[in-house]
Amino acid sequence: MSEEKKEREPLFSSKNLKLLKEPLNMSNPITVQVLGICSALAVTAKLKPAVVMTLSVIVVMAVSNVVISLLRNGIPPRIRIIVQLVVIATMVILVDQVLKAFVYDVSKQLSVFVGLIITNCIIMGRLEAFAMSNKPWPAFLDGIGNALGYGVILIIVAFFREFLGSGTIFDIKVIPQGFYDFGYANNGLMILPPMALITVGVIIWVQRYRNRALIEEN
Amino acid sequence: MKALRNLLDKQKPHFLKGGKFEKFRAAFDSVETLLYVPDKVTSKGAHIRDAVDMKRTMIVVFIALLPSLIFGMWNIGNNHFLSYGEAHGFWANFLYGLFKMLPIIIVTYGVGLGLEILFAQIRGHEVSEGFFVTGLLIPLIVPPEIPLWQLAIAVAFAVIFGKEVFGGSGMNILNPALLARAFLFFAYPGDISGDKVWIADKADAYSGATPLGDAMVGDFSRFTPDAALDMFMGFMPGSNGETSTLMVLLGGILLVATGIGNWRIILTVFAGGYVMGLLFNMWGANEYMNLPAHYHLVMGGFAFGAIYMATDPVTAAQTKKGMYIYGFLIGMVSILIRVFNPAYPEGVMLAILLMNVFAPLIDHYVIEANIKRRLKRLKLATK
Repeated sequence: MSEEKKEREPLFSSKNLKLLKEPLNMSNPITVQVLGICSALAVTAKLKPAVVMTLSVIVVMAVSNVVISLLRNGIPPRIRIIVQLVVIATMVILVDQVLKAFVYDVSKQLSVFVGLIITNCIIMGRLEAFAMSNKPWPAFLDGIGNALGYGVILIIVAFFREFLGSGTIFDIKVIPQGFYDFGYANNGLMILPPMALITVGVIIWVQRYRNRALIEEN
Repeated sequence: MKALRNLLDKQKPHFLKGGKFEKFRAAFDSVETLLYVPDKVTSKGAHIRDAVDMKRTMIVVFIALLPSLIFGMWNIGNNHFLSYGEAHGFWANFLYGLFKMLPIIIVTYGVGLGLEILFAQIRGHEVSEGFFVTGLLIPLIVPPEIPLWQLAIAVAFAVIFGKEVFGGSGMNILNPALLARAFLFFAYPGDISGDKVWIADKADAYSGATPLGDAMVGDFSRFTPDAALDMFMGFMPGSNGETSTLMVLLGGILLVATGIGNWRIILTVFAGGYVMGLLFNMWGANEYMNLPAHYHLVMGGFAFGAIYMATDPVTAAQTKKGMYIYGFLIGMVSILIRVFNPAYPEGVMLAILLMNVFAPLIDHYVIEANIKRRLKRLKLATK
């Protein structure tokens, strides 16, 4: 009751905006916390699945963050992981069904990885670390922010892998035929998962070069 | 010679800290130490500073590679003219091969050294000698028809992701030359496998398959009893410098005699390959398995890998026992990949890269075992 009397925090206060922006750079889930790598390797051979994956994760993460945040005072601490999993699993199944209904081909490409969003460490991590101890609105922003941070890296990686590996962007040919006639060939290694890891490594390299604060002391 | 020394001495101050060309110190340093033994002396204590530094070591490896290089050039020409049904003398063959290989060598050194100097400059340390040998190994293990732009990308990949990200020469986990080849193999398989690429400008009707390529598709007609000697000599299509087991062995003798190449690794790689071949003979489930084991030692890049790649002191196992295990496993895995995996006709590259990764683990367990053994002895003694 006492909280009501206090002046209401504006929806997009600097503190809340920070929740949205931090994960894009300083605490990026992939490049800084090194979470969610497995799906980053699996779905980034082409841009389309990467974008769909990003959207799916945004939805799952934002909604489950809000739901858990609403429930946070009612969840017994001992079974909180189970409760979190149930919420995530419900959302993932919903997303999976929607994908199957409307973009069946992409859903087939993503195959098991939509289901595996359940095990995406970023989502569990944010529920545990943030939603369990914050109000719904900040939890919502945190969910969107982290999912975006994850998605940005996914899309950058997918861009380079599709561009260099298949010569296309969103399945549209961008490298002119003349290049191929001249002897250019697509790089088959970019399609294989190891190059996703190396591309992520390069992104981390560039990010640390630009942002010295991220470099560890030793 | 004196004039050269004087010239270097005169220019040196410009390149030291505060000089005009301070930025190019790394480049100057690399030229100076390449030409002359460094004049660094120990100022304290009784340590001996051997004149055989890393550059001198690398030059021995370089010399050891020359037989393979020269034979490789001759072989490129020989196979090229053979495909047209012509026979030419030594010089015609050699010159043809020379002009095929020079661009490959120049591109490899240009890209590799350029990147090395760039990184040395950024980090402010000397240009390391590591690329001196790598730069000659790479041209020897690619096909003569390799597109140069692909080669340039592969070399850049190997130097940056194989070496520089780990901190430069001596810190790498994987053999950079093999990494460059693995990159080409996976990125542009069309230009480094099949039967089109192993002979430079070959006539269309002529089969350019290597023995490994034939064996993979189940064509064993060429494996007549005296074919082994032919393969040992190396008169067959293949990567530029690895076809001749004889030339590779010549270089190997030099390496072992000077103590630079480790005989333990070389011997166990051959032993491992031979044992695996014999095991397959006993199994004998298909024709490839029935191939006499000694063929495996003279086909493809097996000998080249054993002598020049597996012995790389940076990426190999360091302990003596570890070397035996490391070498033996390389030999076995190479033949295993050859016979079992139809996608990879040659397994030596992948076997060595795989064992490079495991080398530190092997060393760890060898050392642990030694510690345990000695602790036990101590306990018995103090009882």
